[in-house]
Amino acid sequence: MKSRHDPDYNYAYLDEATKRMIRRALLKAIAVPGYQVPFASREMPLARGWGTGGIQITAAIIGPEDTLKVIDQGADDTTNAISIRRFFARVTGVAETEDTRAASIIQTRHRIPEEPLQEGQILVYQVPLPEPLRKLVPSEQETRKMHAWAEYGPIYVRLYEDIAHSGHVTSTYSHPVIVNDRFLTCPTPIPKFDNPKMDMSPALQLFGAGREKRIYAIPPYTKVKSLDFEDHPFEVQRWDQPCALCGSDTSYLDEVIINDAGERMFVCSDSHYCESRRAQGHTGPQLEKAKAIHLAGAQT
Amino acid sequence: MYLAVKGGEAAIDATHKLLSETRRGNVDVPELDCVQLREQMSLLIARVMNEGALYDPDLAALALKQAQGDVIEAAFLLRAYRTTLSRFGSSLPLDTAKMHIRRRVSATFKDLPGGQVLGSTYDYTHRLFDFSLTASGDRAEATVAPAPLSETMPRVLDILGAEDLIESETPEDGDPAPEDITRDPISFPAERAARLQSLTRGDEGFLLGLAYSVQRGYGHNHPFAGEIRVGDAAVCFAPEELGFEIELGDITLTECQMINQFTGSKNAPPQFTRGYGLVFGHNERKAMSMAVVDRALKTDKFGETPAYPAQQQEFVLYHSDAVEAAGFLEHLKLPHYVDFQGELELVRRMRAEQGGEPE
Repeated sequence: MKSRHDPDYNYAYLDEATKRMIRRALLKAIAVPGYQVPFASREMPLARGWGTGGIQITAAIIGPEDTLKVIDQGADDTTNAISIRRFFARVTGVAETEDTRAASIIQTRHRIPEEPLQEGQILVYQVPLPEPLRKLVPSEQETRKMHAWAEYGPIYVRLYEDIAHSGHVTSTYSHPVIVNDRFLTCPTPIPKFDNPKMDMSPALQLFGAGREKRIYAIPPYTKVKSLDFEDHPFEVQRWDQPCALCGSDTSYLDEVIINDAGERMFVCSDSHYCESRRAQGHTGPQLEKAKAIHLAGAQT
Repeated sequence: MYLAVKGGEAAIDATHKLLSETRRGNVDVPELDCVQLREQMSLLIARVMNEGALYDPDLAALALKQAQGDVIEAAFLLRAYRTTLSRFGSSLPLDTAKMHIRRRVSATFKDLPGGQVLGSTYDYTHRLFDFSLTASGDRAEATVAPAPLSETMPRVLDILGAEDLIESETPEDGDPAPEDITRDPISFPAERAARLQSLTRGDEGFLLGLAYSVQRGYGHNHPFAGEIRVGDAAVCFAPEELGFEIELGDITLTECQMINQFTGSKNAPPQFTRGYGLVFGHNERKAMSMAVVDRALKTDKFGETPAYPAQQQEFVLYHSDAVEAAGFLEHLKLPHYVDFQGELELVRRMRAEQGGEPE
């Protein structure tokens, strides 16, 4: 089907020279997995820090045959996800989907879908702070040297200090990884729950940091190792109850406060995954109650 | 009564309608006209054009109307529009000595070739309300000078430069095209052209604060305003296919050159050093702040040890852009359920492992 975009704008908003510049940065990023490639990030009609890096990457790679899914915090129906999806619908006219399997490009803020990704799919991350060493060293000049020399001792010291102080590695999201046994890389603010999904993923993973002007990538089937110690192995978050709506006991759960008394419910953050499980007949312990308060059921 | 949030699509539509109503305000009051804004809010227009990095008074006026007067939001609209424009080339360097001067003052010389030209300024007004403006205030007629100003007005610092008393600023060999920060990301140490571009686009308030810190002790430099000039300069362009230059039009600019004391170092004899500011429109505070910060950032040239925020390139250049800063700050309004859930889970687990109750 031919896509129709707003004729007042160039296809995918950015001009062709800019898209070519971004594609070149992407090729370099893919060739050197985990390395942060500087790029001339453009102003977009969305605030810096609201996902302009991911949007620029999507704009640079999207074509009329693509099917786009946009998620924010795992959900297709949050305002930011809808706003970005609408933007691309207007400037590209491509097909939109909420179905993880049907999407050729998935732009994400904060989650990797629960549904395993496939070969040929591209996951585009919106990255706020691409530099995993930033909290240790405020200077870009210094951190780039540390990457060049693979001088990653200080980050292990930081993790060690966490364990010494609190008995745990206290990172909960953006837990640093080593990509392809070489570059210390920030996995964006995805919860560390999702880190294992990055390892040997059949999908291409692209990361765009618009405000910080960096692009990096993890090609398909690339080793991604979350930092840890032999006696303190990497662990992900766990919940002691399943999703209230679909009963999944393997997905990342969001906590939802459901009334003034502070009563809460835990539900899948991946809205499409949760909905498709319910469509398959899975039910969680509080599905009826959730329907009663419009938390599940009728689509808007 | 709390209702769980769902249905972002309808919410967005509704909020856009509400915004439109809010922007318009009371419909019994006549609607603002963009032309009125352009003509009567010209200092604000200049600020928006600088921080929006685009010289277009009409679009700046529209941006202000659309943004309900929010400067950063208006600059953001201009920047987003600027992105969509294709670039057909770079103008020739502007010659500010040939500016059509509207105002030109020097704080270092009582009189100088070309003279002091006060022009239009609030500097000598008493800051008392003019209540006649609440009605349709009559405007005074400007006095016409007996003779026109000179076509060319020498720059004050060139006069000092002729005596070799001030740091020279001669172009490098071959006069390379300056780095363009909208086409190449800044790398550090940043070259001066990139620094100046960043400062011109930087937030006026932020640069003002930095400049103040330099003056007040966090940078030990109390400069002199060598010259501030406001006027119109011609923008010339030489298309490759024509082989000669054509004049595209005039733009209004404010230029400031600051003079700083310098007692010399291993590599440089005692002389004055300079800081430079150039901005769109009439915007003296910004041009002056920029000039002070520009000098503060020249630490490596004069063998100074950067010790204060205004002397640190990365600090100044990464944080002065209000459009970028506002975006990142305001993203905190977006949901963070996922991260927060991770934190909650960790805190609960750590508390449970500690036995639940503090001693």
